[in-house]
Amino acid sequence: MGSPFTRGVRVIANVEVGHADARRAPPRARRILALLVPLILLAGCGRAVLEPAGPVTRGERLILLDSLAIMLAIIIPVIATTLAFAFWYRRSNTRARYLPTFAYSGRIELLVWSIPTLVVVFLGGIAWIGSHDLDPAQPLGEAAAEPPVAPQPHVAAATALEVDVVSLDWKWLFIYPQQDIASVNRLVIPAGVPVRFRVTSATVFNVFFIPQLGSELYCMAGMAGTLYLEADHPGTYPGLSAHFSGDGFSDMHFDVQAVRTAQFTAWAAATRAAGPALDDAAYEALLTPTQRVRPYTYRFVRPGLFDAIVLQSVPRGAGPRSGRPSPAVRPR
Amino acid sequence: MSGSTGLTMFGKLSWQAIPFDQPIPLAAGALVVFVLCGTVIWIALKGYVPYLWREWITSVDHKRIGIMYCTLAAVMLLRGFIDALMMRAQQAMAFHSGGYLPPEHYDQIFSAHGTIMIFFVAMPFMIGLMNFVVPLQLGVRDVAFPTLNSVSFWLTCAGALLVNMSLVVGEFSRATWLAFPPLSELRYSPGVGVDYYCWALEISGIGTLMTGINFVTTILKIRAPGMHYTRMPMFCWTALASNLLIVAAFPILTATLAMLLLDRYVGFHFFTNDAGGNAMMFMNLIWAWGHPEVYILILPAFGVYSEVVSAFSRKPLFGYRSMMMATLAICLISFMVWLHHFFTMGAGADVNGFFGIMSMVIAVPTGVKIFNWLFTMYGGRIRYSVAMLWAVGFMVSFVIGGMTGVLLANPPADFQLHNSEFLVAHFHNVIIPGVIFGAFAGYNYWFPKAFGFSLDERLGKWSFWLWLVGFWVAFAPLYVVGLEGMTRRLQHYDRADWHPWLLVAAGGVVLILCGICLQIAQLAVSIRSRDARREPTGDPWDARNLEWATASPPPPFNFAVLPNVMHQEPYWDMKVRAREAGHLATPEPRYEPIEMPRNSPTGFVTAFFAVVTGFALIWHIWWLVALGLAGAYATFVVFAWRDIEEVEIPAEEVARLDRANRAARSAALRREPSA
Repeated sequence: MGSPFTRGVRVIANVEVGHADARRAPPRARRILALLVPLILLAGCGRAVLEPAGPVTRGERLILLDSLAIMLAIIIPVIATTLAFAFWYRRSNTRARYLPTFAYSGRIELLVWSIPTLVVVFLGGIAWIGSHDLDPAQPLGEAAAEPPVAPQPHVAAATALEVDVVSLDWKWLFIYPQQDIASVNRLVIPAGVPVRFRVTSATVFNVFFIPQLGSELYCMAGMAGTLYLEADHPGTYPGLSAHFSGDGFSDMHFDVQAVRTAQFTAWAAATRAAGPALDDAAYEALLTPTQRVRPYTYRFVRPGLFDAIVLQSVPRGAGPRSGRPSPAVRPR
Repeated sequence: MSGSTGLTMFGKLSWQAIPFDQPIPLAAGALVVFVLCGTVIWIALKGYVPYLWREWITSVDHKRIGIMYCTLAAVMLLRGFIDALMMRAQQAMAFHSGGYLPPEHYDQIFSAHGTIMIFFVAMPFMIGLMNFVVPLQLGVRDVAFPTLNSVSFWLTCAGALLVNMSLVVGEFSRATWLAFPPLSELRYSPGVGVDYYCWALEISGIGTLMTGINFVTTILKIRAPGMHYTRMPMFCWTALASNLLIVAAFPILTATLAMLLLDRYVGFHFFTNDAGGNAMMFMNLIWAWGHPEVYILILPAFGVYSEVVSAFSRKPLFGYRSMMMATLAICLISFMVWLHHFFTMGAGADVNGFFGIMSMVIAVPTGVKIFNWLFTMYGGRIRYSVAMLWAVGFMVSFVIGGMTGVLLANPPADFQLHNSEFLVAHFHNVIIPGVIFGAFAGYNYWFPKAFGFSLDERLGKWSFWLWLVGFWVAFAPLYVVGLEGMTRRLQHYDRADWHPWLLVAAGGVVLILCGICLQIAQLAVSIRSRDARREPTGDPWDARNLEWATASPPPPFNFAVLPNVMHQEPYWDMKVRAREAGHLATPEPRYEPIEMPRNSPTGFVTAFFAVVTGFALIWHIWWLVALGLAGAYATFVVFAWRDIEEVEIPAEEVARLDRANRAARSAALRREPSA
């Protein structure tokens, strides 16, 4: 990782130049943000949140930093006052005025109820608008450029790449229904193109999460969730499961390779040309719990497989054969 | 319940259940067995058994039960903390390697850590403080149902024992501290771990529910004359709110786990993947209990801080009514925020937005409380005793935990941070500086009340600083790695940017370990020098509420004559009047014999049968289940048909105890420089 200083400069520069994400932040707020970013860097340089690689993370980072700035404006004086009172009114300080019966003041009461209320009104507004603008099922692209308050489904759906995500014990299956191919433990997407993920699980709960691209979404058996993400630039981004799913959970990470559109097309064509086919038998083989599966691809996917997994008309993850006391339960 | 395992004499239980092949659990289990057996044998050899049986095990005195609750919490804190040490060590080591704990063991440890810290440390500590303090503060002799109180305590112990048994016999749950299905269903967790978890919590949960009923009844119905609602100490208010939450929320936990058990034992499909089961329902139900639960824990701690800040600032609590309203507001709103635990399930923007805003709204009354403590300190004469240090440490640290909580309440921010180490840092940032610091503040504040001598200040202060610094060194790095995309519960990882932070975090836990060692030393040193530390008046802090108006330790009947409350701070009022008059405010009363509830082994025996039944259910030993249930029923019958309910303390005994205390107080009053 780069030196904290250069990172600081870069992040501040991002904020100052103002990307599309800063659309709701007035200049003053941006200046405050720029002042606050070094503070956060002192606390640590968060790669996922502070190095966003897509519009969703950028939006989420902005909301996170906005809220942080608003609250720090209250929290820092509160902490300072606490320490000041704690110090000044110590018993040994003879200059401090002792007010043994001071237990009520209408003005202070009004103040202490209104300060947190106003902050929450402010933050609540951000939360409400943010929940709508950054709803995982909200399409990206045209729709995201001009923030609508009401969701407009399917605006950009036609231009988005579709990827169906299935969490298995303990690996990820990515099905490309438009290309009729599939990939295990590696996700290849074109940069600059919105991707529409449908996520489900063939086993226990998992959470599909690519920190630098944005929102998490639960993978749950019998249900399909929708999530739109997009990578700005070509690059490799780590992805992982963010919900504990059993003994092999720690190895449920994968690489996301965002490539140029032409490269993606070439990759899809090459994938179609070689490798095994994902038919019912191959899918059942995938259900056996395994760990640290090296990425590989399928040249063909049996039509309707994802829907069959969601509708549970194909077998489900088997789970371990038995628990302790039988030693067979241990995966290694 | 497959046929092959359900039919033998000992169900699923066999020698294979003892982890002979796994050195770490075997050694840990052996240590627990050794310590337990050693303690029991030592007690037996010293001849303490009759004393313990008579004065503690069968006691229905709220003070004794409160002390036993806190002792249980302290012991379990050590167990849960060892789990924490092991986890931090694993994550510090497991960079590009498997660490020293294999996943099937690591997964048990983090599940046990969460379960133990919430159910068997934080809960019993808070319930213990409430048990000890609330009747004294209300100016009464005991809780509404003293024997039920004993049953509650021993059922909590039964749950704790079952959790620890899993170390030695079988395994503990590997499905996290909330046993999320479908992972916790039979298909994915076929072992006995989840059964240990469920039955331990079912049994202790019933105990907690009865505590809730007991305290709601006590606070609403049994108060000293003149103790109106608006004169109750703030700790009683927070205890009332907390117990109302227990009564409303714990049945949800019991029912949810019962549904999971039905799935696991008799093939129901509440939360399974197939046959129409829906695991999302479990998420909703468990958090409908789980979120009020965190307020069940934090509200009594808020009460402790209110008492401590006011007493050590030598001022009444600022904004009493405001605090009361804030407490009740938290109590109510805590039931309207549970969905924020799974914003990332894709509930939709309106639902997420609503619950996000509600989660922020609950920060308003909490913020009000912080401000009110601040203004309690304003114009005070603050003495920095250990309890006050914990309170100030809380105020400074907790606001940061609250702030990160509001960040997480923002759905778009949560989409990035859900289940991350940032979240782990956040909830430790509210539970440790909130609940645990509160427990320690209460422990240092009320210890002299319970035992008649105060704890060592120097060691107490050292342990406070080590805890405070250790806490920040351990959890600030977790905020950072959370922002860097590290998710929780990882057994190993290969990200170089996380590793240094996790090493720092491990160092923080070592500092906390030193803090805990100093607390043990503080207790040992204080006990050894107890004679020099005695405070004959029973009021070492010059405090303000009724619990200090009696001797320390209080006599079994608490007050020789129930106090007549005429003021919001009745004891301070008495002292002011006494200081003005130059003699005690109340003349010596006419002593009368006092009837107190008789000791009863019901609680202990019930818990014994609860352990037997729970263990038999876990291992499918059906005849033993029947035997355990029959035993529990027989215990109930014997208790219901008891002849003698109460014992009488003669008037002379009451007079002797009270006169000694009055004499000490008069002497202290004469020594005081006139105000």
